[in-house]
Amino acid sequence: MDASIFEKYQPVIGLEVHAQLSTNSKIFASDVNEFGELPNTNISVITLGHPGTLPKVNKKAVEFAVRMGMACGCTINQNSFFDRKNYFYPDLPKGYQTTQDKAPICIGGSITIKTSEGEKLIRLNRIHLEDDAGKNLHLDGEVDTLVDYNRAGTPLIEIVTEPDIRSSEEAYALLAEIRKLVRYLDICDGNMEEGSLRCDANVSVMLKDAKEYGKKVEVKNMNSLRNVQRAIDFEIERQIGEIEKGNTIYSETRQFDTVHFTTHGMRTKEELNDYRYFPEPDLQPMRLSDAVLEKIKSEMPALPQALFKKFVQQYGLPEYDANVLIDVKEMALYFEEVCNHTQNYKAAANWMTGPIKSYLNELTMSMDQLSLPPASLADLIALVESNKVSFAMANQKILPALIESNGNTKALQIAESLNLIQTSDSNAIEPIVMEVLAKFPDKVKEYKGGKTGVLQMFMGEVMKATKGKADPKVTTSILKEKLEA
Amino acid sequence: MLAAPRIEHKAHAIYAWLAAIAGTGAQHLPIEFLELTILVYLWAMKIDEATIHKIAHLARLEFDEKGAALMTQKVSQILEWMDKLNEVNTDNVQPLIHMSEEVNVFRDDTAFNGITHQEALHNAPKKDSDYFRVPKFLG
Repeated sequence: MDASIFEKYQPVIGLEVHAQLSTNSKIFASDVNEFGELPNTNISVITLGHPGTLPKVNKKAVEFAVRMGMACGCTINQNSFFDRKNYFYPDLPKGYQTTQDKAPICIGGSITIKTSEGEKLIRLNRIHLEDDAGKNLHLDGEVDTLVDYNRAGTPLIEIVTEPDIRSSEEAYALLAEIRKLVRYLDICDGNMEEGSLRCDANVSVMLKDAKEYGKKVEVKNMNSLRNVQRAIDFEIERQIGEIEKGNTIYSETRQFDTVHFTTHGMRTKEELNDYRYFPEPDLQPMRLSDAVLEKIKSEMPALPQALFKKFVQQYGLPEYDANVLIDVKEMALYFEEVCNHTQNYKAAANWMTGPIKSYLNELTMSMDQLSLPPASLADLIALVESNKVSFAMANQKILPALIESNGNTKALQIAESLNLIQTSDSNAIEPIVMEVLAKFPDKVKEYKGGKTGVLQMFMGEVMKATKGKADPKVTTSILKEKLEA
Repeated sequence: MLAAPRIEHKAHAIYAWLAAIAGTGAQHLPIEFLELTILVYLWAMKIDEATIHKIAHLARLEFDEKGAALMTQKVSQILEWMDKLNEVNTDNVQPLIHMSEEVNVFRDDTAFNGITHQEALHNAPKKDSDYFRVPKFLG
């Protein structure tokens, strides 16, 4: 589409994000809350909606929701209760979803995202608790739909934003931020592929000078961050195209096609949804006392934005480094630990974002699988700092050995046993420098003629001769001294 | 669904009352309760046969012509009777949501599966060794 047409319109987007809470049991029953089990094994009479059963709220799920609310600066609703949302669907055995309509557990709040134009605040409307539905399987060649209720009753929080998002990039950034938050809070694994974090987007477009939002379309079924962005991009372009053709946009629900990256309308329901919400009579209201909230607050883990500030202000890291470190919770916490054992924060950050990250990537390991104690890494940093070993040798040889020993062997011991202790003794280095210079008289001439770049080549030769053990700083100064004599 | 707040307050009271009578659970209530539930929904609405059909559809109930007429009449009567409550001024009364004063009925996060896979599938009208089976519908 022509950019000038695109320019005329302003997309307006709101997200509804569902996060499955990583509790041991389900929200209203004791069934095991675990992904990937054999179908219809994590079930109970409550989950299956048998008559005469009585649900009971999982305390942990409530705590988790409050944690998220506190992290987002929401007002925690101390008088919260559940409602029934009535509709018939095979994956919903009770005939209603138990959710929160009138009195959600968290109200308002906001999440700050980083955009290319700086920070932006996305307001939240609410965060509420509800139960997940089961899973319908429509298999080719089957006359029936198969239903698995393992997922039914899984605790969910639904995070509802205000329509403050203006582009697919912002939507991406927000969802990434939410994923980071739930992982830091340890309330959800944030795995979009497995559906523990799901996102619906309400997308509309309006002319830039319009006073009123356009008709919104709900897009569902995006199973990755990238696909959320793709679905929104497609939907914005589709809506603009329709309006430009003189067509009307209908409020509808559209499904994202993960193969063709398009959206298509779902079957229009013959009757407008009428959920007949009413307060859940089987569950008593929740009164969260100040003391309870105080306790949850005191147990809150450090949040990414707080760590970012600390890394920049207290440790003096560049913002870029701090951002890379806070991206993964385990990385940030590990870095914190390392900083308890070293004052050289910048070097520690470099080690984390460089060698450690590469090591993990190469072995497709995650940070929590790293068996190296943070103190050992601090040890290695000190060893490099004291010029006993070169950074290159520390990275290539000592780090892998150190990790393999689970930190049981000291970095210095490894350096000694691998014969990697570098020499900064100029008396030892000088004869080698002389040897190298004698070997390449042409290059010496080039240097003297002004081509100082050949210094690197001399360095390489000295390193080769010393198996990387010559202190680079000392070597450079001796080389320069001899060449410029 | 319910227009005026005052009416809504009373609807809450009725639901709570229904639940209390039903004892443990308000799901799968006997037909009398269902009638009452419908009437609460209809409280603020003008009752005509079209409305009865809409409600019947939402509740997946079927009435023939005679049944619908009878239901319209009965529901209207009950509503008229319930309308008595509107005579009471409830302007400064908080909605009553639950009959009992109990709050914070929580369970600890301990996990165990209450029934076996076989037991779960036992009463299903249609099933295979893994799944409940329902007539095919489009997602």
